Amino acid sequence: MALTGVLRPGHAQVRVLDLEESVRFYRDVLGLVETGRDAQGRVYFKCWDERDHNSYVIREADRAGIDFFGFRVLDQATLDRLDADLKAYGLATERIPAGEMLGTGERVRFTLPSGHVIELYADKHKVGNGIPLVNPAPWSKARDHGIAPVRLDHALLYGPNVAEVHKIFTEVLGFYLVERVLTPDGQGNAAIWLSCGQKVHDIAFAEYPEPGKLHHCSFLMESWDQVLRAGDIMSMNQVAVDIGPTRHGVTRGCTIYAWDPSGNRFETFFGGHLPYPDYETLTWTFDNFGQGLDYPQRKLHETFLTVVS
Amino acid sequence: MTHTVSIEDSGVRYACAPQESLLSGLHRLGLRGIPVGCRGGGCGVCKVEITGGEFSTRAMSRDHVSDDDLAQRRLLACRVYPSSDLSVKVIGKLQKKVCTPAADR
Ligand code: FES
Ligand SMILES: [Fe+2]
Repeated sequence: MALTGVLRPGHAQVRVLDLEESVRFYRDVLGLVETGRDAQGRVYFKCWDERDHNSYVIREADRAGIDFFGFRVLDQATLDRLDADLKAYGLATERIPAGEMLGTGERVRFTLPSGHVIELYADKHKVGNGIPLVNPAPWSKARDHGIAPVRLDHALLYGPNVAEVHKIFTEVLGFYLVERVLTPDGQGNAAIWLSCGQKVHDIAFAEYPEPGKLHHCSFLMESWDQVLRAGDIMSMNQVAVDIGPTRHGVTRGCTIYAWDPSGNRFETFFGGHLPYPDYETLTWTFDNFGQGLDYPQRKLHETFLTVVS
Repeated sequence: MTHTVSIEDSGVRYACAPQESLLSGLHRLGLRGIPVGCRGGGCGVCKVEITGGEFSTRAMSRDHVSDDDLAQRRLLACRVYPSSDLSVKVIGKLQKKVCTPAADR
């Protein structure tokens, strides 16, 4: 088996200002599937085509933003090894017992020098996607409810010490650098896109003075047409749209950025090139960041750099 | 019925309906460079100080609104809805945009 170690983004827990308003948004507008609520009041969602119990969890709080972002690893031995590797690297880790999140096994949690809490886990209850494993249909009716992305794809996080974060992901967690935007002086990275498999990115970071900020969680669409349909649904529901529909230069992905009712940005994303770990990193100079963000318009939208939660 | 929102030190006045946030009313004016961010009370770019009048609010992120801000009615314009005529001072990121003549923005 070629894909080992960290397999994929598994969950994000995001804070919302009004729980029921947000449930209606995520369930009926974004079209996620609600899979449970726990004693803490958290509401669990997954995308229709995801097989694990949850990928997106919201909790009501007095501030917006992200609590943590989690990755699925291959198995328990991998989880134990990565925990030891993180400790050996000098990071403090913590074990969250199985069941603390619904349907979710033991998690290893640590905080990055950017202020973001990252988790690893090896086990999550397989609830399936509503399609049988034998002679499966290509989709189910859930595909037509709301925007209906197929999976949680990646997140872009803003915070300080991106160079340190880069080292942790590449030297400890086995990610590789797919693309980057240089700082204006060309000496460092203003933003990095990291992959743990063959997706164009599984997580990305941008240098920002305040720690722990969420730029966006991204949801995968199946086609450009589905991205346009997402834009229609956003407008029908008066969703606050930020940028798009357009295509990123960085990753080549097609995109809309918009905000949930609490000001957490999310993305409906499609496409992107398919890198391998041996590929050379693609580099954007800072003066070309505009094309990197919005290739057709060649525009470095101010909100991209300044609006986070 | 709409209310009139007056922005101090700028001469800018606009009509704003009770179900419309101060920010969306301001945005409708089409002033160039008004920092319209998340429109959900999460990002903090739209901070204003309400200096007179009655209004209602919806939840806004306390990352950007301290207890002191609340007491001083320094709030996020995307979460404030007028229930009478209002006077407002733009502060923070909004200030430069609204109070600078368009030519200099
Ligand atoms: S626009 Fe983000 S808090 Fe008002
Ligand atoms: Fe993205």
